[in-house]
Amino acid sequence: MEIKDYIKNNILYLDGGMGTILQSYGLELGELPEIWNIKKADVITNIHREYFDAGSNVVNTNTFGANTLKFSETELENIIKSAIENAKTARDTSVGKQHKWIALDIGPTGKMLKPLGDLDFEDAVNIFTKTVKLGVKYGADLIFIETMNDSYETKAAVLAAKENSNLPVFVSNAYGEDGKLMTGADALSMVTLLEGLGADAIGVNCSLGPKALSPVVEDYLRYSSVPVILKPNAGLPVSKDGKTVFDILPDEFLNEVKPLIEKGVRIVGGCCGTTPEYIKKITENTGNINITEITNKNITAVCSYTHSVVFGEKPVLIGERINPTGKKRLKQALIENDLDYILKEGIEQQEKGADILDVNVGLPEIDEKNMLKTVVCELQSVTDLPLQIDTSNISAMETALRRYNGKALINSVNGKKESMSAVFPLAKKYGGLIVALTLDENGIPQTADERLNIAKNILTEAEKYGIDKKNIIFDPLALTISTDTSAAKVTLDTVELIKRELGCNTILGVSNVSFGLPNRDFINGAFFTCALTKGLSSAIMNPRSFEMMKAYKTFCALNGLDGNCEEYISFAKDITETSVNTTATTTDTQNCSGLSGAILKGLKEQAVTQTAQLLKQKDALDIINNEIIPALDKVGTDFEKKIVYLPQLLMSAEAAKSAFETIKNSVKSESDGNKCNFILATVKGDIHDIGKNIVKLLLQNYGFNVIDLGKDVPAQTIVDKTVELKAPFVGLSALMTTTVKSMEETIKLLRKSAPWCKIIVGGAVLNQEYADAIGADKYAKDAMETVRYAEQYNVT
Amino acid sequence: MINTIKVKTYKSSPVNVKELLRYAGAKNADNEILQVVDKCLNEALNCLSYKVCYGEFPILKNENYLDLGFLKTTSKDLKKNLNGCESVILFAATVGTGIDRLISKYSRISPLRALIFQALGAERIENLCDRFNNDITNEKLNENKFTRPRYSAGYGDFPLEMQKDILDVLDSSKKIGVVLNESLTMSPSKSVTAIIGVGSVENGN
Repeated sequence: MEIKDYIKNNILYLDGGMGTILQSYGLELGELPEIWNIKKADVITNIHREYFDAGSNVVNTNTFGANTLKFSETELENIIKSAIENAKTARDTSVGKQHKWIALDIGPTGKMLKPLGDLDFEDAVNIFTKTVKLGVKYGADLIFIETMNDSYETKAAVLAAKENSNLPVFVSNAYGEDGKLMTGADALSMVTLLEGLGADAIGVNCSLGPKALSPVVEDYLRYSSVPVILKPNAGLPVSKDGKTVFDILPDEFLNEVKPLIEKGVRIVGGCCGTTPEYIKKITENTGNINITEITNKNITAVCSYTHSVVFGEKPVLIGERINPTGKKRLKQALIENDLDYILKEGIEQQEKGADILDVNVGLPEIDEKNMLKTVVCELQSVTDLPLQIDTSNISAMETALRRYNGKALINSVNGKKESMSAVFPLAKKYGGLIVALTLDENGIPQTADERLNIAKNILTEAEKYGIDKKNIIFDPLALTISTDTSAAKVTLDTVELIKRELGCNTILGVSNVSFGLPNRDFINGAFFTCALTKGLSSAIMNPRSFEMMKAYKTFCALNGLDGNCEEYISFAKDITETSVNTTATTTDTQNCSGLSGAILKGLKEQAVTQTAQLLKQKDALDIINNEIIPALDKVGTDFEKKIVYLPQLLMSAEAAKSAFETIKNSVKSESDGNKCNFILATVKGDIHDIGKNIVKLLLQNYGFNVIDLGKDVPAQTIVDKTVELKAPFVGLSALMTTTVKSMEETIKLLRKSAPWCKIIVGGAVLNQEYADAIGADKYAKDAMETVRYAEQYNVT
Repeated sequence: MINTIKVKTYKSSPVNVKELLRYAGAKNADNEILQVVDKCLNEALNCLSYKVCYGEFPILKNENYLDLGFLKTTSKDLKKNLNGCESVILFAATVGTGIDRLISKYSRISPLRALIFQALGAERIENLCDRFNNDITNEKLNENKFTRPRYSAGYGDFPLEMQKDILDVLDSSKKIGVVLNESLTMSPSKSVTAIIGVGSVENGN
């Protein structure tokens, strides 16, 4: 019988602990238990057999850490081969009469994925792939990914399992007492992510005892449309008579697990501290529990690595600012690879209340596939909001969906055959909530009924790919009322119709409606309110638009979606008539004179207002040379004299940067062509870059064009960029003695290929001696020293 | 003697702002800086966790080389530190990934705040180590034992490379989510491992 069929009507019993039992057989702390598959095959086989005898339907092979990070490929093959053989021998010799399967056990790599650690996502996929392929080769019946404490690594493992086998994939995660994974994901997010990736059963294991895990388990039962797994510890380890024991004994374990099976847990076993005795208790005392059917929970959701956003409850706001269409400054940022600007747009939209961020980087001038991947990854290192992958480039879409840590909103598919056959397979593989536009080969229909028909066709086609209608959200398309006065009404009717007839969620890019009209926000806000009243689930909008936010906040307050009207009050309480149309700025009361005073004191907002004032009277260059630079110099000198310290220096530098940004925004794209290029990088192996970013900020303030290559940068990348730009300066940073070696290699390569450049080094472990030894031109002990050095060479 | 690694979770404790400023490289701070620090503290409040995993190991040999079972080293400095001790408490502590996310976020938009969060992380992890160390010292005092100041890989001639053995034996990746990077730094970055020597009062100093 297929295991997937079996779990439809039966409780599936798993095995219990392995590692903790091996310790009682003499496994030393720190010793790799996987070796025992070969070294002590009889012990492993016996443990498996005892579990089968106790009534387990599934035993997990002793391969928790069997991966190429810990073993050579030959060792790995031998281990997995023996591990599966041991389980098979146990199955053949067990007295148990139940159905029996063997699961290839896959635990975490023991590394952390970027950006938190140094393991690349694709490298993680490759590591898991090797283990999966061997499991398939030697005849595992299913793949059991377990004890994962990071959503991203879980995704890598599931992708590897799905791409390299047709076996059922079970996935269980390790939650902390706070109900979250170590890297932050809650239960609903993991359900959303894993259902999207097509896991056959999902759940929780390890960390805690059954009762302590029950809130998370109940969340799984509430949200999951696939069978739920529970494999808890026998409580926590405690010392008793000089020995370590777990504090939950078999009877109590049963008492805690049983109610959870009654509530719907379908797949149950034990983790650390549990033994065949625990499993026997469970199999003998839960067999007569009534099985309830596992139902589709119909939750329409996307998620990031921390949380989910559910559609159909409160209206969902999708920030539209990261999209170059009609946005000159963003276009420029994309072309100049100015990621900081893009990230700032993301963070600011989150602060203004966006639930999801749209990401569209499509420009003819740039490599969209690479840029989209980079921006998605970088955004996920600065914001925990779910993202909407917005592109018509299918290969860019795939790369971004693959890399995205979570389940993304996909923008978009439409009723054209070609579009559906390109987008649906990606959504099926990587998971995703698909925005479906109600248009097809014949364009956008004039009536709501015709748009509804397209929606129906899309649903039918999606079903063929195994995509549930909960994963489609319709965009009934807002057209411009200035060209067709009935346009808005058709859209509004379609919103209502789709909700009523199909029970599907809807999404609208609201602002199209007002194209060509004055004070567009007035129309947008009112249209948004109308659409919300018709049942609109979400809008792609500008969270900085006062009218849009007003429409949203008032709608929520009036529809019982804002408890105690708290959100409305906090939105509206400080708004006065005059502040409506100007960006509300809090005025600092500290007295400081002019722009230079604001910079000296490090007051960002003051610096911005002062700069804006000055721009009315003076030209940009005058402001820079006579206000900003002298102030910066004063702070810099004070820093060198130790009158002020690093935080004050940075505060002034950031104020100066906002002043520069204000100038940049007001002056018509003055050419930056004559700026001196300065390449900055934290060398290969180093994943921390605070120091480098401080240097960058100061260099930018002093007019250098900083090309920031980021952290953990391979030597060749630095060399290539230096040669490409014929950059006169390269700044390298290293934090660890272990990475000074990478720095030395980088310098060697630079000397060969870019002999003209001056190399400045810095970072926690460096000193003059080191710098001399590795052949740098300059050791800079802090950011100011780098600036002074570069200025001295850059007088020409 | 225990043969299993235990996990201990601590509650939040007050932040020592003066210490934080010291880590940020400031000997003094004006009001503007203190306001920024305040905002950072608020933002970090729910992003910190305090976890330690630890075990006690006998000192098998302390002659021409030191044998702790999970590692052997010729480090003279560690040997000296463990003089008169019979066992060690080995631990790894972390304040979690949340602070790394904050540092990474602000690295891109405000180096000042990144610096403050960095300093906060340093202050928090040292504070956690102090709290854990105190607990161990008191516990051992009750058993009529003394403890030595904690000692970490990378101090003196005790090589940083030992981190691998230390994290392996503690199973720190599974227990508290601390892993070793290629460069021998740890992730989460605000993590510490250390050895606390333990000896009997009557035998030792």
